[in-house]
Amino acid sequence: MAVTEEKVEGLVFHPMDQFTVKPLFGGTEIHWFTPTNATLWMALTALAVIALLVFGTRGRAIIPSRSQSIAELMYGMVRKMVEDITGKEGLKYFPYIMTLFCFILFANALALLPMSFSSTSQIAVTAVLAMMVFVGVTVLGFVKNGTHFLGLFWVSSAPALMRPVLAVIELISYFVRPVSHSIRLAGNIMAGHAVMKVFAAFGAVAALAPVSILAIVGVYALEVLVVTIQAYVFTILTCVYLKDALHPSH
Amino acid sequence: MISLLQQTAPVVVEESETVIITEHGAEAAAAHGADAAHAAAGAAGHAASAPGMPQLDITTFGNQIFWLLVVLAVIYWVLSRVALPRIGGVISDRQGAITGDLMAAEEFKQKAKDAEAAYDKALADARAEASKIVAANKAEIQKELDAAIAHADAEIAARAVESEKRIGEIRASAVEDARSVAREVTEALVQSFGGNADQGLINAAVDQRLKGALQ
Repeated sequence: MAVTEEKVEGLVFHPMDQFTVKPLFGGTEIHWFTPTNATLWMALTALAVIALLVFGTRGRAIIPSRSQSIAELMYGMVRKMVEDITGKEGLKYFPYIMTLFCFILFANALALLPMSFSSTSQIAVTAVLAMMVFVGVTVLGFVKNGTHFLGLFWVSSAPALMRPVLAVIELISYFVRPVSHSIRLAGNIMAGHAVMKVFAAFGAVAALAPVSILAIVGVYALEVLVVTIQAYVFTILTCVYLKDALHPSH
Repeated sequence: MISLLQQTAPVVVEESETVIITEHGAEAAAAHGADAAHAAAGAAGHAASAPGMPQLDITTFGNQIFWLLVVLAVIYWVLSRVALPRIGGVISDRQGAITGDLMAAEEFKQKAKDAEAAYDKALADARAEASKIVAANKAEIQKELDAAIAHADAEIAARAVESEKRIGEIRASAVEDARSVAREVTEALVQSFGGNADQGLINAAVDQRLKGALQ
């Protein structure tokens, strides 16, 4: 991409090239096991999570260090979220929800580094995350409540005439959940990064460069916010879906 | 936002390709087109299938999903085995320490209160004891004093009686002496006047006179 920009005069936009999955060690074939830039950055995400939550808390101090405070803050926030929304019985699934939160938060944050690859902008990644939640929650709903789980779609407080109509709407909205769940995250991250790339391309024109830099700073600041909020939103929606599975009555 | 990007992205790619064609000729464009396709689509191979969004290139899905599952499994394993129990333990330890400290403080407060009460009680006891001792001593002293006074009174009475007796004796002896002196003087007077001194008469006369004088 950089080569192309040097070769060609004027504005060249390649805002989407940053999302391309490439093999790390040359070649063009991407098999399922090929180490790619996606592999690298997801592995770095895992390392960052481990660095904060395991290495950062190695002191086990009653009076916590800075890193331990941050780890405890994340732990407390997600745990409270799970407990507040799903109740005590939802705490069994807290480690998985914490995994989701940490992965998304750190993948989002690492994607803000220049030249990095944003794992969470990939539909494949977010779709798997969302489908795991969707399938898991649906299976859990049926296992825990049996056919009573279908009561989720039968709004018993509505007038009898409206109930079948509402049931169809509820059913559709239920199956749209994983779609919105995944595309919300991927879309937000992708859009922010693409916008930054577009502004960066404007930087090639000397007259526009200062404006471009200011715009990038602004968008970057916004992205820092978005990165956190999207991780939070994904997690809280997971909790809400989990609550529906545990307590399907309206 | 997404639909907007989906619509605009292919247009952008086409524009950049047209720019290339006008400036470098068809040959370069073909080479670059292949390049861009490689870059954009990874293993897609030819320009025609280059998607506007690399995310939609399904040939990379298997790879991403595989590595995502690996990473999620690693994070889940580490969190559930190491990180979360550790952090939860630290937090509950801290909670326990705080509760313990508060309870210890409460205990110490209670102890201080107890000590104060014990001190007050000891003080009151000591005061009561002291006043009791004082009273007892007073009574004892009073008793001794009374006894001493009584003893002294008895002694004084005894002495007074004795003195009385001695005064009586002295008085008696003095009367006797006066009587005998008076008799002898009377006898001598009677004899010197030449009378016959009748002892019995003289005695009666002296006693007669003395009776009047001594009374």
